[in-house]
Amino acid sequence: MKRGVAILAGAVLAAGMSLGAQAKTLKMAYDADPVSMDPHEQLSGGTLQYSHMVFDPLVRWTKDLGMEPRLAEKWERIDDRTVRFHLRQGVKFHSGNTMTAADVKWTWDRLLASPDFKAIFGPFEALNVIDDHTVDLVTKEPFPLVLNAATYIFPMDSKFYMNSEDKGMLKKHGDTFASRNESGTGPFKVAKREQGVRVDFERFADYWDTKSPGNVKNIVLTPIKEGPTRVAALLSGDVDFIAPVPPTDHDRIKKNDNTQLVTMPGTRVITFQMNQERVEAFKDARVRQAIVHAVNNVAIAKKIMRGFATPAAQQGPKGYAGYDASLQPRYDIKKAKQLMKDAGYEKGFTVTMMAPNNRYVNDAKIAEAVANMLSKINIKVDLKTMPKAQYWPEFDKRAADMMMIGWHADTEDSANFTEFLTACPSKETGWGQYNSGNYCNEAVVKLIQDSASETDPAKRAAMLQQVERTLYEEAAFVPLHWQNLAWGARKNIKLDAVVNVMDFPYLGDLVVE
Amino acid sequence: MALFLFKRLLQAAVVMFVISIISFSIQDNLGDPLREMLGQSVSEAERQAMRDEMGLNDPFLVQYGRFIGKALQGDLGTSYFFKEPALDVILKKLPATLELVIGASFIIVVLSVPLGVYSAIKPHSTFTKAIMGFSIIGISIPVFLTAILLIYFFSIELGVLPSYGRGEITHIWGYWSTGFLTKDGLLHLLLPCVSLASIMLPLFIRLIRAEMVEALHTEYVKFAWAKGLGKYRIWFLHALKNTMLPVVTVGGVQIGTMVAYTILTESVFQWPGMGFMFLEAVNRVDTPLIVAYLIVVGAIFVITNTIVDLIYGLIDPTVNLIGGKQ
Repeated sequence: MKRGVAILAGAVLAAGMSLGAQAKTLKMAYDADPVSMDPHEQLSGGTLQYSHMVFDPLVRWTKDLGMEPRLAEKWERIDDRTVRFHLRQGVKFHSGNTMTAADVKWTWDRLLASPDFKAIFGPFEALNVIDDHTVDLVTKEPFPLVLNAATYIFPMDSKFYMNSEDKGMLKKHGDTFASRNESGTGPFKVAKREQGVRVDFERFADYWDTKSPGNVKNIVLTPIKEGPTRVAALLSGDVDFIAPVPPTDHDRIKKNDNTQLVTMPGTRVITFQMNQERVEAFKDARVRQAIVHAVNNVAIAKKIMRGFATPAAQQGPKGYAGYDASLQPRYDIKKAKQLMKDAGYEKGFTVTMMAPNNRYVNDAKIAEAVANMLSKINIKVDLKTMPKAQYWPEFDKRAADMMMIGWHADTEDSANFTEFLTACPSKETGWGQYNSGNYCNEAVVKLIQDSASETDPAKRAAMLQQVERTLYEEAAFVPLHWQNLAWGARKNIKLDAVVNVMDFPYLGDLVVE
Repeated sequence: MALFLFKRLLQAAVVMFVISIISFSIQDNLGDPLREMLGQSVSEAERQAMRDEMGLNDPFLVQYGRFIGKALQGDLGTSYFFKEPALDVILKKLPATLELVIGASFIIVVLSVPLGVYSAIKPHSTFTKAIMGFSIIGISIPVFLTAILLIYFFSIELGVLPSYGRGEITHIWGYWSTGFLTKDGLLHLLLPCVSLASIMLPLFIRLIRAEMVEALHTEYVKFAWAKGLGKYRIWFLHALKNTMLPVVTVGGVQIGTMVAYTILTESVFQWPGMGFMFLEAVNRVDTPLIVAYLIVVGAIFVITNTIVDLIYGLIDPTVNLIGGKQ
C-alpha cells in the first residue's frame, strides 16, 4: 500500500514536472528597452536587465545581497591583491563557440575602454589568464569589492565579435556590429529587435544552466513609457509582466483576481543637498541640523509616496556594509526651531531650491512638501522644478542653494555614496562629483580612502558605519527615503523567486505555470 | 498659376529656413544629450572630451553652418538614440502616424456628415440634442483622458480591444507597413483612431450643421421646395453640396493639426509613430531627431497648405490666388 502511494506520488510529481517544463511565452513591458545590444555601451538599469538575459556574469547577486557563482564556478583569494576565478567548463556561446578565459580577457579589455564601465574597474591592475579556465583579477591595492566588480563582467564571444567588419568596436551612440548583434552565454538570444518598439528573445537551446527551473521559451519585450498604459496592458491581459508599477496603481493590481504585485525596499536614496558655498548659514551645522529636523521624511514616505518608500536617515540602505540601524529619522519641529535660534537665524532666510520633475518617483511633489516644511522654521524657499534633461546641466552648475539628488551605488556598496555625494569635491580624484552641497570633511574622505583597501569585512563595515554616523551628526545632507521597487504580473508567473533589489529579474530562472 | 507656384515655393523656402533656425537654436535649451547617454559615474573631464568630439562645444554659427550644409544634401543628422539618419527614423515612423490620421479622418467623415445633416434638418429632436450634448463633452475632454477612459472601458473592463501598440502589421513596400490589412491590426487601430477623432469630430459636426442650416435658408432651396422636388434630393444634392466647400477647406487645414494631436494619442497607446518618437526624443535630448522632426512636420504643413490653396483655386476660379489686385 505504502509503495503504491509512493509510486502514485512519484507519478504525480513527474507529471507536475513535465508540466512545469512546458515551454511558455512571456510578454512583458518595461518603461524602456535597452539602448543597445552592446552590453558595454551604457551603464544603466536597462542594459543590466538585458545583460542578465543575453549574457551571464562571472558571479551574480542573490536576493539577500549575497553572491552566487555563474560563469565562474568558484573563486579564492590568493593574496591580498589577487582573486582567482575558476571558470565553468563546456559553456557555449550563442554562436556555438566555447567560452574560455580568452573571452573573459577580451571582455575585460573592452570594459576598460568603455567610458561608462571603466570607473568600476579603476582599482584593478590587471586580469591575468592562467589557463583556459582560470583567470586572476589583480588589484593595485588590497581591495574588498572584487566580487562586486565581477558581477559586471559578462563574457562576450571574442571570436564572434572579432570576425565582424569592425572587430567588435565599442562606440557610444554609434552604429557598430556589437550594437546590432550579440553572442553571449545567457539563457536568451535576441531573435529580433526594433529599437523602442519591441525586442523578441528566444531561449538558447545550449544554455549551460540545465538545473535552472526556468521554462520560458520566448520573451516579447515591449517598452511602454506611460505608467497608466503599462498597468492597463497588464490588467487587460495584453502582457504578463510589467515594471515599474506606479504607486497609484498598486491597489488596483493587488485587488485584481488575475494579477499580483511584488514589492521590495529599493536601494536608491533620495536626498537634498545644502550648498555651503552659496549660503553662509549652511556652513553652520546647527542650521543644517535644523533643516533635517524640520523635514518630516516619514510623512513624505507615507503620504506622497503612499507608503512605497523607506524613510532614510543615512545614505546606504539596510543590507549594505555601512548601514547603522541606530540612525533613525529625526523629525522634531521644536528642536528645529531651537537650533535655528541657537544659530542666530530665528528670523530665517530665503534660499533657492531646484528639483527635477520626471526623474524620481513624485520628485516635484516631494520638493514642494520639503519647501513647505522649511517655511515652518522661517526658511523661505524659492522652488523651481524642471524636466531631468534641463535639470542635470543646472545641477552641474550648482545653480541653486538646495538641490535634489537620488543615488544608487553601481557597486552595491556604501562607500560609493560618499565618494560621489558627500566627499570633498576634487578635480584630481573626481570625488564629490555630485556633491552640490560642497560639504567637506577630510576625516570622512580619509575613512573612505582607507576602507577602499580594507579587505577584512568587519573592520571595513566599522569604518563605513563611522562615516554614516559622522554625516548624520553633521547633517551633511537632508535624507528623504529609499525608493521601493514594484513589479506587476499575472498570477501564473512565479515572479517572487526571480526579482531582486538591483531590479534585474533573473528571467532565465522564471517559472510560468 | 505658374507665377503663383513660384511665389509659393519661394515662400515655402523662407518658411523652412526660419523653421530650421528656430528649431536649431532651441536645442541648447533642451538639456545636455550626454547626460542621457552616459552612466552616472562618468567623470566631468570625459564628458567634456565627448562634447568636443561630437562638436557640441563649437559656436552656434559653426554648428548651424555644418547642419545646413548637410541638410541641403538631404542629411538632417544622425539620431543619438537610434544611431540612424534622423530622416530615415522619421520616415520609418511615418506610416504608423499616417495610418492613425487616415483612420481618424475616416471616422470623422463617416460620422460627421450624417450627424451634422441630421441635426440641421431636425434641430429640435431629442437625438439632435444628444448629438450636441456629446459634441460639447467631446470638445472639452482632453485627448489623453479620452484615450485612458477608452482603454479602461474597452480593454480592462470588457476585454474586447487591445490596450497598446499596433498589433499585426503587413509590410507592403520599403519602410511602408500597415495594420489595415489584418483583423488584429484593425482592432489595434480602433481605440487610437477614436481618441484622435474625438477632438475633431464635434468640430466638424458643428461646422456641417451650421453651414447646412444656412444653406437650408437660402433662396434656391426655398425655390426647390416650391418646385416640389423630393426632400432627399433637396437636402443631399442641393443643400449639402454647397455646404461641403468650406468644410473641405477647414478639413485640409485640420489634417495638419491632427498630426500634432497624434503626439498625445500615440504616447498613451504606445503607438510606434512619429508623435511618440518626438516626445521620447525630447525626453532623451536626442537633438538631431528633434530638429529633423520639426523640419519634416513644418514641410508637411507647408505642402498641405499649398495643395489646399491650389485645390481651392480649381474649385472656385473667382478666388484670387496671387493676392493683390489683378
